[in-house]
Amino acid sequence: MALNQILQYIFSGITVGSIYAFVAIGYNIIYNSTGIINFAQGEFVMLGGMIAYTFSNFMPLLPAIIAAILITAAIGGLIENVFIRRMRKTSVLGMIVITIGLSILIREFALSIWDEQIRALRFFTGNEISSVNILGARISPQVLWVLGVTLVLTAGLYFFLKFTLTGQAMRACSENPTAAKLCGIRTDRMVSLSFMVSAGIGALGGCVVSPLTQTHYAMGSDLAIKGFTVAILGGLGNPMSAVAAGILLGLIEAFSISILPMAYKDVISIIILLIVLVARPSGLFGSRSASALKDY
Amino acid sequence: MLKIKNLEAGYDKLKVLKGISLHVNSGEIVTILGANGAGKSTLLNTIASLVKPTEGEVRFKGRNVQTARPDYMVTNGCALVPEGRQLFPAMTVRENLILGAYTLYGRRDKKIANEYLSEIYSMFPVLDARKSQLAGTLSGGEQQMVAIGRALMSGPDLLLMDEPSMGLAPIIVKTIFKAVLTLRARGKTILIVEQNARAVLEIADRGYVMETGMLVIEGDAGELLNNNDVKRAYLGRDYKEFTD
Repeated sequence: MALNQILQYIFSGITVGSIYAFVAIGYNIIYNSTGIINFAQGEFVMLGGMIAYTFSNFMPLLPAIIAAILITAAIGGLIENVFIRRMRKTSVLGMIVITIGLSILIREFALSIWDEQIRALRFFTGNEISSVNILGARISPQVLWVLGVTLVLTAGLYFFLKFTLTGQAMRACSENPTAAKLCGIRTDRMVSLSFMVSAGIGALGGCVVSPLTQTHYAMGSDLAIKGFTVAILGGLGNPMSAVAAGILLGLIEAFSISILPMAYKDVISIIILLIVLVARPSGLFGSRSASALKDY
Repeated sequence: MLKIKNLEAGYDKLKVLKGISLHVNSGEIVTILGANGAGKSTLLNTIASLVKPTEGEVRFKGRNVQTARPDYMVTNGCALVPEGRQLFPAMTVRENLILGAYTLYGRRDKKIANEYLSEIYSMFPVLDARKSQLAGTLSGGEQQMVAIGRALMSGPDLLLMDEPSMGLAPIIVKTIFKAVLTLRARGKTILIVEQNARAVLEIADRGYVMETGMLVIEGDAGELLNNNDVKRAYLGRDYKEFTD
């Protein structure tokens, strides 16, 4: 394989991996605050892309994307308020089933609002044929946008969770909700916030990749499985390692295409999921000493 | 400071507290003694509003608080050091303490929070030395200090302590109880639930004895130390000594 070809694979792998990471970060944030795996997470990505597309028809790209993020975040908060909070008495497994139901509901709503056509947001800079030459590989400028946004998001999230009081309070709620209440933290608000943040991050991801991968009302369920694989691979409950795991899975998928038939691409992620679940349930980057201190 | 009347509370159909009445005056150290399962922790959790009472009245600083949220209690000066410490194990000592002042930061009282933090470090210097360590990696005694420090970070007037001596070596228990006396000297009121009756009665002003959800004995600490029922049940004297 020539260098430029390898680079081509690497960039496409990182791009796809970034979107997985966006989904997996959302999983982790909600899992941390509630113990629930929110299988409607992929739907937030779809909503982000769809809403931004609709708004971009009558306003510039940036405000359209911001509006999409805010609206999707509001939908996330609404879902938490209407469905999750009122059904707290159910088991965690019951809640997970509810999120699957929600994902179907959102998908059907999206179908009736936007029909089944594939849409794509405008390229942020340039258009579909413009490209940047990096060491012989021809990369769409949108790929650089995806990388940049992923990088900024990761850094921002790290800063938020580590250094802001709200971020620390969110972590506190995930580690020990009772103790968090004793500190005067409104745990119910933190759960709402985690749904809103997750939905917003999903929507942002949906916007940046839409020009490359297109947006379709049914794209969410696919992403939900890939994102779940990534969340497990990185170590459930750790949003930071989800980014690394996402990019890793993206790269593996991209290179698998070069040796295996295209159809095996999705099989690979499922195989990885199974291997990790059996061999190392704490994930690749889940530090064992830290995870031993948490009770799952 | 705290006045409780006919308090009843429990979990689902299980009634744990069956008509508790007690009071804690400003500046006092009051203890509640009792065996496992008597309902001592439930009582403290009910005062801290983690458990909602089904009947009765809790008045804190003259206000009815039986329907308040936990954050109201913290904001208004009542903090609980819970049983089993309940730290955030994968967060650092400093982060644990800072979160104790969450309600202060909410009101933008950052300066006061920093003052409390340095007070706690000077009271428990070992925490200052270990402030960047994960709380879950500390020894039991140090964890108890973090738990107390975290509760103090909200600047409470009334400190509720649930079995602070549990599982600790006698020398550490001494340090903890010495800290309780220091806190009282600084104007805190303390309600402390304990199984280690002898140690706690040495520092307390008054005490109650709780049995199966009811307070059965009440008195000054000295009285309780010499009360035969208390001696027999909680101070570990030989039963024969009294019956002979």
